[in-house]
Amino acid sequence: MADASRLPLWRAAMVIARRDFRAILFSKAFLFFLLGPIFFGAISVMAGTLGAKAAESADPPRLAVVLSEEEGAAFAAAHARLEDAVSLPEFAVVGGDEPREADRLLSDTSRNFGAVLTGTLEAPELSGTEERIDRWRGQVALLAAEARGGPSAELPEVALKPTATSVATIRSAQTATATGAITLLFLLTMLLAGMVLSNLVEEKANKIIEILAAAIPMDAVFYGKLFAMLGVSFVGIAVWGGIAGTILWLGSSALGPVPTPAVGWPLFVVLFVTYFATAYLLIGSVFLTIGSMAPTVRDVQTLSMPATILQLAVFFLATYALSDAGSPVELFAVIFPVSSPYAMVARAAQSPVLWTHLAAIAWQLLWVGIFVKVGSGLFRKLVMKSGAGGKAKKAWFGIGRTAKG
Amino acid sequence: MLTEPDAVPRAHDTGSPPLAIEARGLVKRFDRTLAVDGVDISVPEGAIYGILGPNGAGKTTTLRMLLGIIDPDEGVRRVFGHERPHEIARWIGYLPEERGLYPSMKCDEAIGFMGALRGLPVEEGRRRGRELLEGHGLGHAVDKQIRQLSKGMAQTVQLLGTLVHKPRLVVLDEPFSGLDAINQGKLEGLIREMAEAGTTVIFSTHVIHHAERLCDDVAIIAGGKVPYAGSVDVARDRIPAQVRLETANGEGEWRGALPDNARHDKKAHGGHFWYFPVPDSGIEVLLKRLIDGGAGILSLSIERAGLHDAFVEIAGEAAARALDEDAAGEIA
Repeated sequence: MADASRLPLWRAAMVIARRDFRAILFSKAFLFFLLGPIFFGAISVMAGTLGAKAAESADPPRLAVVLSEEEGAAFAAAHARLEDAVSLPEFAVVGGDEPREADRLLSDTSRNFGAVLTGTLEAPELSGTEERIDRWRGQVALLAAEARGGPSAELPEVALKPTATSVATIRSAQTATATGAITLLFLLTMLLAGMVLSNLVEEKANKIIEILAAAIPMDAVFYGKLFAMLGVSFVGIAVWGGIAGTILWLGSSALGPVPTPAVGWPLFVVLFVTYFATAYLLIGSVFLTIGSMAPTVRDVQTLSMPATILQLAVFFLATYALSDAGSPVELFAVIFPVSSPYAMVARAAQSPVLWTHLAAIAWQLLWVGIFVKVGSGLFRKLVMKSGAGGKAKKAWFGIGRTAKG
Repeated sequence: MLTEPDAVPRAHDTGSPPLAIEARGLVKRFDRTLAVDGVDISVPEGAIYGILGPNGAGKTTTLRMLLGIIDPDEGVRRVFGHERPHEIARWIGYLPEERGLYPSMKCDEAIGFMGALRGLPVEEGRRRGRELLEGHGLGHAVDKQIRQLSKGMAQTVQLLGTLVHKPRLVVLDEPFSGLDAINQGKLEGLIREMAEAGTTVIFSTHVIHHAERLCDDVAIIAGGKVPYAGSVDVARDRIPAQVRLETANGEGEWRGALPDNARHDKKAHGGHFWYFPVPDSGIEVLLKRLIDGGAGILSLSIERAGLHDAFVEIAGEAAARALDEDAAGEIA
């Protein structure tokens, strides 16, 4: 017997996806779509910079003071006298019973030291990353002079001992990477998923939806639309990413070393793309459902604002949670389906643990399935008017059984 | 042009004429509105079947239930023996009442897409689409976008998309709506062609002439109910055949041969027309009495009732009036 049943879900979804993908890709509007990242990049850079600053102020790197007991006390007193008048780095005096080597202090993940002050107040030595010790050398000289004899004392020459990195630098860089990744993910999904809102309007307006509903499962229509838009987004991202990559490559010498995420760059890129896809499918399935219920284009436009607010709320939740890994808020952000991709991309930047990503991706895909099922069911029932009521349904099944029997 | 539909095994073989569609007691409510109220229809395989009724009678809702787009609240439907029409979606072609095509698609792409929805590989669908377009005089439009076509051409493209996967059953909802007389004639020809190729065609219409010219069987639907479903001939036979007699004389002994309820129309040129049911005694006896009585017969014919008369008889005058108004509105 030839297979007469309607197309399986995924094949039907691919028929829709293929049609939509080609229709969008070969439209003139797609060129304007590709111009998006000009604004995109600017906002991303600004938000990333602000995020990094915010992360640093939330958990600022400190100066480790490794001096004699008397000099350490004098340094602390000088800090207390000057801190109201001058912006100074936070510090901690390292006790005599603690490790005092600069390398060990800089790599102590529990204390977040940005630099280490050794030597004496007369001849202070500052160890840390080049950028950090250069920034703090003046303040250290001022504090050393104040500790030695007040404002009249001569500023000592601070000997700089640059190191490759420090925990504070790594953490700060990874936080910046996490913030940047979340911001980029947010901007990409906000820009791209919003298009899904109006995706069923064409089918509803020109009644193609009747033909689709008669031929294939409504879930497949939803999946097809989402996959098409995701594919279009990937094309856009590939173009933008290619341009950005070329710029970065050309300017790599001027940019200096790029902060490496905890899972390493190759895996981070894979995870970012994966989380973009799940974030897109999650928010897209919600948007598609909302858009499918809207009777007119005007209603879709009206709905776009609350939809954007929903995305912003998710972004703020994930950004707020990233500085506090393992906290209830961060766990909520990881578990809550719509914010999960954002929270997990932050984790990829900050933590090398991998199994959580597999679990999170499976969890997010499960919710995509649930959202699509619910959305298409609502569409069938409320828009296509195809549902049978409770009592009526019982009667229908009852008659069906009678007829079969 | 049309080829045989793909072979379909029978879901069950009872020895009686196989049915493409069988519906019993279909009921559908939208909120508190009863749109369809206990519809029963049986469509034999290979038939051209019309669902005839005014707008709002429940035609489209019935078709949507038969196609599985919506589920009935009560009742059962079987399409080729399957209670779930989706199980045989690839055997069905559907042209909805409100036409829909993607305006940016080329004609062959649109047909290929519609075929792909029913399981046909896209490239095969496009190839068949080009053939169908050529065969229906639209070869020049193969590479044109739908938005560049006239309404009639676009409707033809959609109809060809409905047929591209060689369905066993074609469901057409108001297929003649919006077509000019020439395209209506072409569509009638295409429907006959499909039936000759073994395809079952079911269509809804509010224009009696289409149903009368094309259909073997009809369901008359009004107010969500189907007061009659069966052969067109049987529907017409519900009303006795009428004798139409034209005489030169208006009076005479021969008048006694006419039934009391004979309707009389006097014509301006002096002739007289008489209308009455065929007498039980037969037409030969009547004819002899008229001749012997000197009626001066100019013409005599027996006129069978039309489907419109049957519709009035079956669905009532109000439904018939609504049907006539819908048809007139479309022509206007």
